[in-house]
Amino acid sequence: MNNSIGGIQMVKKQIRIALRNCGVIDPEDILDYIARDGYQALSKVLTELTPDKTIEIIKKSGLRGRGGGGFSTGLKWEITRKVKSDQKYVVCNADEGDPGAFMDRSILEGDPHSVLEAMSINGFCTGANKGLVYIRAEYPLAVERLKTAMRQARDYSLLGQNILGTDFSFDVEIRYGAGAFVCGEETALIHSMEGLRGEPTVKPPFPSEEGYLKKPTNVNNVETFANIPVIINKGWEWFSSIGSEKSKGTKVFALAGKINNVGLIEVPMGTTLREVIYEIGGGIRNGKDFKAVQTGGPSGGCLTKKHLDTPIDYDNLIAAGSMMGSGGMIVMDQDDCMVAIAKFYLQFTVEESCGKCSPCRIGNKRLYELLEKIVHGNGTKEDIDKLRNLSAVIKDTSLCGLGQSSPNPVLSTIDNFPEEYQEHIGPKKCRAKVCKSLMQYFIIPDTCIGCTLCARNCPVNAISGERKQPHVIDQEKCIKCGVCLEKCKFSAIYIN
Amino acid sequence: MKRIKSVTELLDLRDQLKSKLIARTEKNGSESIIQVKVAMATCGIASGARPVFDYLKEEMEKRNIPAMIIQTGCMCYCYAEPTVEVTIPGRAPVMFGNVNTKKADEIIERYIRKGEEVEGVIERNYKTIDEQ
Repeated sequence: MNNSIGGIQMVKKQIRIALRNCGVIDPEDILDYIARDGYQALSKVLTELTPDKTIEIIKKSGLRGRGGGGFSTGLKWEITRKVKSDQKYVVCNADEGDPGAFMDRSILEGDPHSVLEAMSINGFCTGANKGLVYIRAEYPLAVERLKTAMRQARDYSLLGQNILGTDFSFDVEIRYGAGAFVCGEETALIHSMEGLRGEPTVKPPFPSEEGYLKKPTNVNNVETFANIPVIINKGWEWFSSIGSEKSKGTKVFALAGKINNVGLIEVPMGTTLREVIYEIGGGIRNGKDFKAVQTGGPSGGCLTKKHLDTPIDYDNLIAAGSMMGSGGMIVMDQDDCMVAIAKFYLQFTVEESCGKCSPCRIGNKRLYELLEKIVHGNGTKEDIDKLRNLSAVIKDTSLCGLGQSSPNPVLSTIDNFPEEYQEHIGPKKCRAKVCKSLMQYFIIPDTCIGCTLCARNCPVNAISGERKQPHVIDQEKCIKCGVCLEKCKFSAIYIN
Repeated sequence: MKRIKSVTELLDLRDQLKSKLIARTEKNGSESIIQVKVAMATCGIASGARPVFDYLKEEMEKRNIPAMIIQTGCMCYCYAEPTVEVTIPGRAPVMFGNVNTKKADEIIERYIRKGEEVEGVIERNYKTIDEQ
């Protein structure tokens, strides 16, 4: 059982840093974590390093925020450290809300101590003695394992008063999120923790200066924290040797959609989409054609065949009209309609918009209506320009990241798949056969043997015909559910 | 009480635990024991990891095979959940995908007992931090 096929050593594209302990240790046993160098980074920081030296290591490592923004983690820590205050906070953002993304849940469920350890290190560096994990209530097992981990860490004196016999004290509390997407935005997250409405506010002031309860607050994502202990243990030189020029280390992606090997993957920054999809992901399901990959969730965009050889990192993804986001990667094939995909993401944004600022609240709704018009076959050429103009306004004028990025799925699909929009508007066709309003089901008279199976299964009795005679679909009644197509054993039904 | 009062104590504990871990995987050592890990994150449990975990625990005991059945987090092979990793002392760990109780029985009887190859092996496709 080695890693070779036909004697040739396979080149492993993945390196597990953030996921190093996932699937390896028992997440409910702190000893399993300690046996694998757990809390060693914290002890090193507390006894051998100073806060400034530690921040210097994180800065030099080149680690950037894994929640999506990609801001330098070390710099964020430094800013929080420099602000003078009697009380500071460390917050772990575990409000994973992108559709199809689940890397933070996996880390918390598989290796909760790595996050707790990193939060303590952050507390020591920034001068905070209290940490808060803002986690979705939809992640009950992650919450449970995190609680167990906190209890065990306190028992072992790795959390709480005088950690490891030093005069550093740090404790962590859990705060529950109710699943609002906007609460992943750091200012909205902080308001939600304060018991206020989960609405963002204008930055500056940044949370590092004025955050939770108006005190300096360092907010980092789960995956960002999970990288910290390794950087301390193995050194910034080691970490920065992995990845691309401006994006160091690895990134965890949740590979989903029409791909053979659905799963969590962790690849060095700079790996290409082709390597991810065809080598690690095992290619497209059922041998179909790759059409696009959606990265960055509702804030990201769709990348196409021409991007397959683009190395994935923060800057390249933005240049390609998408973004890293938290790391969802949804693969689409020829059966996906890009207009419908744009509409799906916009529907999500419309539902999740907090409503505080008008561009996001009203603008996205109008964008959605325009897309709705197009998928129903009522679109005009001018609608494309309207979509573009409105998107630009929303991007420029929205208050927070949610609105500033919500038109991305629309813009990237217009840019990369203009022909699909044109087909929906001009000849009123949906090549992926997704948009029902543009489809018509017909029975081929020569192939139909009049078995009546379709007529008996049609939920709206839209099919008529005599036994052993070709049947006909009443287009007025047909709701395009596709049951007849599925039931017909003689391939006598086709879609126009 | 198990409080760790200093860094030295932590390092001692780590070394002690680490050598124990290594001793378990040694061929014919006094601590040698078969280790079976079942991926039990939300995703694994949703695809049926818990009955597999319980089955392995009960059956290994019934069949008199000393083993440690350990729950872990996600092994990241969503397309093949539930996943189970078996480490027989002296041999490299082997991971099996799409394990149900029937497959678990096959793993116990054929792989663990007789050392035969069993279908459904997932190749490890990543480097660890120590390999990089």
